[in-house]
Amino acid sequence: MNVGALAAFNLIVRRELCLSFRRPDQLLQPLVFFLIVTTLFPLGLSLQLSLLRDMSPGVLWVAALLSSVLSLDALFKSDADDGTLEQLALCGQGLTLIVVAKTLAHWLVSGAALVVFSPLVGTALGIPPSAFGTMMLSLGLGTLTLSWLGAIGAGLTVGARRGNVLLSLIVLPLAMPLLIFGAGATDRAISGTDAVGPLYFLAALCVFACTLAPFAATAALRITLE
Amino acid sequence: MWTWFYKLASPPYVYGVAAALVPWFLGGAALALMYGLIAGLAIAPPDYQQGEAYRMIYVHVPSAVLSLTVYTVMAAASAVALIWRIKVGHAVAAAAAPVGASFTILALVTGSLWGRPMWGTYWAWDPRLTSELILLFLYVGVMSLRSAFEEPSRGDRAAALLATVGIVNVPIVHFSVVWWNSLHQGATIVKLGTPSMPGSMLWPLLSMWLGFMLFFAAVLCLRLQGEVLNRERQSTWVREAVKS
Repeated sequence: MNVGALAAFNLIVRRELCLSFRRPDQLLQPLVFFLIVTTLFPLGLSLQLSLLRDMSPGVLWVAALLSSVLSLDALFKSDADDGTLEQLALCGQGLTLIVVAKTLAHWLVSGAALVVFSPLVGTALGIPPSAFGTMMLSLGLGTLTLSWLGAIGAGLTVGARRGNVLLSLIVLPLAMPLLIFGAGATDRAISGTDAVGPLYFLAALCVFACTLAPFAATAALRITLE
Repeated sequence: MWTWFYKLASPPYVYGVAAALVPWFLGGAALALMYGLIAGLAIAPPDYQQGEAYRMIYVHVPSAVLSLTVYTVMAAASAVALIWRIKVGHAVAAAAAPVGASFTILALVTGSLWGRPMWGTYWAWDPRLTSELILLFLYVGVMSLRSAFEEPSRGDRAAALLATVGIVNVPIVHFSVVWWNSLHQGATIVKLGTPSMPGSMLWPLLSMWLGFMLFFAAVLCLRLQGEVLNRERQSTWVREAVKS
């Protein structure tokens, strides 16, 4: 069967989404993890809402980063284990197209879900509703960038021993600028000042990652598939 | 014109060149470090503001510069190895990574020792300090990725790709002082116009920097010899080289 690039892209995205929704527990686990980590901070630090509000951007962002990195391991793992990835690589479409489709599908079920979920956690941490817009926008940009960084990391570690720990070790240092600008934007929105500066930085990082990371991730997967 | 480049792809040739260069690098490093240490620690005048404590600069600045230089060398060797499929490039990158990590640790330790009397704290979550720490994590990531695979060649290529991707951090470390408001001081030597440092302090510093560079080159050559021998241990020339 001969399919065009766009049709193949659609098929892969739909296949990934279909597979994720058939295993709802795996879909929910990162979200529950996100919730648990944010619960740990108030218990460990202070129960006072006023103090919590000062720290909430950092807490929210650290929890979001950790839960995204945790779910990244599944990006190529199961497909590489059962040989689907090799078949996809041989199907005649460029490997970059497949990487882009898989990463975007992964972001839709992990990052975008996190964004939708974040007002609930934000309310619990005492973030005012007026800051929700900026918070969700920054989380959306940040998790998308992180998905691209994670695609590189997941591609590199898919054949490695104890790849999961290694993946965090590789991705988290590269994700630190996201944390700085993301938490900065949320912090400014909470205090009512203009958050446009850090948001622009986040958007720039996102565009940078969207344009270059697919090729790096493809090269990483090639090393594993050879 | 390109023959020297192709020759560098041959392990026995690289092994020989590295062996021949080591004494020169070591000798130069000894001279430069000796002058730098004597002139910097004994002859140079104390700083009008920091007193004698500023002499930490003679170890701190060269090791911080080297931590970035070594990363660049490692990333360049990795890129060469990936693009032209030259295996010696992987050996260079593998030989450079632990040295670079050591320089990064040295820069962090001397920096925090210097920070205690000057800023009143060993550690501040300052952009430059944080990004230097990230650089250390990158080194650790590259080194552990290399050893995480059953096949060494696969680990080599994965680590090379990560090192090449991680090069984006180098400008971040370098310009972090300019981009963010930082406790750390800005550029004093490498900038347009005259350096904001008198010659009696500057020359020992430059000499220390040169000494660190030559020392790195010598250590790289030594470690490269070991890497090449280990990687080529099945070939006949290694057996002959080891026997003789």
